[in-house]
Amino acid sequence: MAYSFDFSSLLDYTPVLVDGVATTVGLTAVSTVLGVALGIGGAAARTSTVKPLAIVVGAYVELIRNTPFLVQLFFIFFGLPSLGIRLAEWQAAVLAMVINLGAYSTEIIRAGIEATPKGQIEAGASLGMTGPQIFRYVVLGPALGKIWPALTSQIVIVMLGSSVCSQIAAEELSFAANFIQSRNFRPFEAYFLATALYLALAVALRWAFSLIGRRMFAKGVARA
Amino acid sequence: MRFAKILGALGLATAVLAGGLVSTAPTHAKADALERIAKEKVLRVAVPQDFPPFGSVGTDLKPVGYDIDAATLIAKEMGAKVELVPVTSTNRIPYLTTGKVDLVISSLGKNAEREKVIDFSTAYAPFFNGVFGPDDIKAEKVEDLEGKTVGVTRGSVEDIELSKIVSDKVTVRRYEDNNGTISAFLSGQVQLVATGNVVAAAIFERKPPRLPNMKFLIKNSPCFVGLNKNEGPLLEKVNAIIAKAKDDGSLDGISKKWLHAPLPKDL
Repeated sequence: MAYSFDFSSLLDYTPVLVDGVATTVGLTAVSTVLGVALGIGGAAARTSTVKPLAIVVGAYVELIRNTPFLVQLFFIFFGLPSLGIRLAEWQAAVLAMVINLGAYSTEIIRAGIEATPKGQIEAGASLGMTGPQIFRYVVLGPALGKIWPALTSQIVIVMLGSSVCSQIAAEELSFAANFIQSRNFRPFEAYFLATALYLALAVALRWAFSLIGRRMFAKGVARA
Repeated sequence: MRFAKILGALGLATAVLAGGLVSTAPTHAKADALERIAKEKVLRVAVPQDFPPFGSVGTDLKPVGYDIDAATLIAKEMGAKVELVPVTSTNRIPYLTTGKVDLVISSLGKNAEREKVIDFSTAYAPFFNGVFGPDDIKAEKVEDLEGKTVGVTRGSVEDIELSKIVSDKVTVRRYEDNNGTISAFLSGQVQLVATGNVVAAAIFERKPPRLPNMKFLIKNSPCFVGLNKNEGPLLEKVNAIIAKAKDDGSLDGISKKWLHAPLPKDL
């Protein structure tokens, strides 16, 4: 069972790999910002006293969390053109990732919001703060601090899940590995390198988020 | 002596087996296949059963397809009844060389290794990779693809060949399998597809609003009828029938029926 690795056969494909890593990072960055923003909005709506709004957001969360990401992606990329909505592969990939992360982070952030002691909200009200002000200054900060590690894990999952976007020809890291192994017939090396790169990206992402967390929530980041 | 008896019986059995092999082996290699066909009025043809549209099993469990129609046509011209023998792509040549069939009409391509073992007729069916797309897109040569989006199945022959000839100005989208490529074309995510004429025919089958019409050729490897070596008269007869079928349009009709495209003029 001796296998002789030949990583030199990957050298010719360095530009493909660099492009792949850049696309994966780009997709993850854009969908993290938009997805978490969607999640904050969703959590606010789900915990709001406006019942219809909470029900609509709840339905969205359940729909997305109970269907496979690949099917959601195919729905957007191959399905929507039938309705005249034609998105490029990167647009479809970002949209699918934002919708997906939005649903999961809605639930994660909601948990943080609901863990806020009632007394804090009442204290805000007694200081004459409006509802949005209470949400922004009293509820949201500590809530995000509490769920920061869980949110970080979810973002890592979304980044790793972006590998599925190779199925619609979005040229991210998995696409690069697939492309290379279909040309040099060295699948072990190609996927070995892709695995190492994903691992490095995930570790870097966790490190960056723990740094951001420590800066933003100096007092209240929960320990993972 | 029981041992000697067993040994003797074994020896006898071996002799019988060997004799049988020797006596059956040479019958097929003689150049008399055409005579036999004329006498028995039966043409035995190896056809595919798992490779639509060239050959597949229809709803009535009978083989149908381009190769079956071609076999029927050749048999009819010879004044013989066609006997279809379903084969797979791996056993189609052994069926011929062991004399189980007279002809292989099974989307067989020509290459040097095969030419050492069997003879080939002239081409009877088109088999090629090309760029396909709807009529409103003009693409007669590879330069015309610039600024356009072309879908292809990653790692396929057409992917490798297309990648060699296109410039950076062409957007090539590579999908995981033929279904992904077909879906991308049908949903308009790519303007053109590079694929085999068989896949294009499969898209036509679905009668989509966007039809993949032939734009230009990437790689050509047409199909030939396979015959045993030293069957000169049969080879001449088959070639004559194919030439006639090309002239009178009957092969063109088969092509239109199964491949949804006319027979290429240079076939």
